[in-house]
Amino acid sequence: MMQQSLGSAVGILRQQPWSLWWVQARRLTRIEIRRNLFTRRAWWIYFLAFIPAVIILIHLLIDSHPGFGMSDDSAVLAGVVQLYYVRLGIFFGCLGIFSRLIRGEMIERSLHYYLLSPVRREVILLSKFFAGAVSAVLLFGVAVVADFVLMYAGYGAAGRDFMMHGPGLGQIEAYLLIVVLGCLGYGSIFLLLSLMFRNPMPGAMLLLGWEAINPVMPSLLQKFSVASYLRHLMPVSVPAEGVFALLTVETEPVAAWVAVLGLLALIAVVLTYTCYRMRRLEIRYTTE
Amino acid sequence: MNAVTDTIRFENVSKFYGEVLGVNRVSLTLTPGISTLVGPNGSGKTTLMNLMTGLVQPSRGSVSVLGLSPSNATEFFCNVGYCAQFDSFPRGLTGFQFVLDSLMLFGMSEEDAHALTAESLERVQLDGEAAHRKIAGYSKGMRQKIRLAQSIAHHPRVLVLDEPLNGLDPMARAESLALFQELGRQGMHVVISSHILDEVDRISDRVVLITGGYLIAQGNIHEVRKEVRDKPMQVLIRCDSPELLASKMFAVNHCVEARLHADGHGVFLRTGDIDQFYRLLNEIAAEGLVKIEAVAPADDNANAIYQYLIGSDGSAS
Repeated sequence: MMQQSLGSAVGILRQQPWSLWWVQARRLTRIEIRRNLFTRRAWWIYFLAFIPAVIILIHLLIDSHPGFGMSDDSAVLAGVVQLYYVRLGIFFGCLGIFSRLIRGEMIERSLHYYLLSPVRREVILLSKFFAGAVSAVLLFGVAVVADFVLMYAGYGAAGRDFMMHGPGLGQIEAYLLIVVLGCLGYGSIFLLLSLMFRNPMPGAMLLLGWEAINPVMPSLLQKFSVASYLRHLMPVSVPAEGVFALLTVETEPVAAWVAVLGLLALIAVVLTYTCYRMRRLEIRYTTE
Repeated sequence: MNAVTDTIRFENVSKFYGEVLGVNRVSLTLTPGISTLVGPNGSGKTTLMNLMTGLVQPSRGSVSVLGLSPSNATEFFCNVGYCAQFDSFPRGLTGFQFVLDSLMLFGMSEEDAHALTAESLERVQLDGEAAHRKIAGYSKGMRQKIRLAQSIAHHPRVLVLDEPLNGLDPMARAESLALFQELGRQGMHVVISSHILDEVDRISDRVVLITGGYLIAQGNIHEVRKEVRDKPMQVLIRCDSPELLASKMFAVNHCVEARLHADGHGVFLRTGDIDQFYRLLNEIAAEGLVKIEAVAPADDNANAIYQYLIGSDGSAS
């Protein structure tokens, strides 16, 4: 009986026009990436992503490493990723990119063109999400790589060896994984918030507060936080001193693969519910 | 083709926006040809069009277009084009890019999409130079044209047009009406809502009158006019002595009003019994007292029906 229903489910899935959906998704993603990255309104996201690189470059040009070692700079870089990128840069960058995908088009009164196209609403939503993720990862990924290269460039051959053959390679891989998961995690949440609320900003501020207090929550509640998963992937721990102790509270230790799978599961749940909301979405621009 | 797969059907459809009524208990079947939705602002015309195209979902009842539901977007929107009244576009696009981007989502090759884009722009008479400029710099009429081009580019079987003549100059209006007429003749469903009743009236196969969210009449204009029994019909008679004709007509009790035409060579007469009226007119013509040149109904059009059934204040009488 169960085999029969499984067989019929597989049959239904096989009948779906997957190749058409794939073509539509690719084209929609291309249109959306163009809109995300090549508009004047995206300048502040470029600013958010690249401001640490500019500061590191200024330091490199003016006072190249007076009395600091590479391990100190590794700790500084870890702090930049955990305290700036995860907490602020990626958070607000994703808020800007993902909340615009649906809500922004409703405010501009142009979403109906997509809803009147022969594309399933789930395909529209997932393509927009993917385009947002590609845009955010491209911006913040390039920015983190730039931070990394500029941070160790001043050390000459030793710096190059650290980046190419030493522990640096593992560190940059971990940072890039954090950027990818951070963009996917925050992106999915902001996409959902923008479908649920006319103004997603209050919801985003609540999320920011939640992320800040999450480390002191019981371990079950810690599972509902993007930052807490990302913290477990940090290759270098950030020293918890002074005011930063508030932001770097140690959470229950979790294996990296558990953190990755946990976050991916959270993203999948959020996206599934977002697809459900998208399916029921009505165009009533007068209420925007 | 059967009745379901060739018609647009509303079955007892209601739509409420919270506590506000959009449309209530609308049952309607539209056959191929040009159908015009007529009603005052806020009467529910746009709601009907949005329901037809799935932009809003009915609170009650069901809508099907050619037997398809908007939830099956792939098949539905290959058959349906909607030129909505929202005068807005995705930012930064040229007219050509806008139509091309829309077509690319149909899964067709880039070559075909280019060809169809060029064809649709030609149909709405938007020249090549304008098509390659940014939409942000377009006039209202050009924006209307580019939206029309986008909605017809994929050759839909059903075309829904919300106020398609708004912002167009007289020449462009005439061209658009000719295009709608041509599409209607090709067997397409063309559903139009418009305030410019005089112009739409000439091309409509049927009218749907709606006010306050309620459907109050539908059908061929002449049939609907006949149904409005409490309003005497008005006929314009062109003749050499309108005063004499008017006095003769007033001798019978079904003739209730006579008004001379401004040029003095005709008279508008209102009658409560159109059949008797024509019989009497034939007798007068046969007597040779008045030389009749032409006879034409003067209020057998969408504008007059709108005035009779809905009134100038928008409240159904």
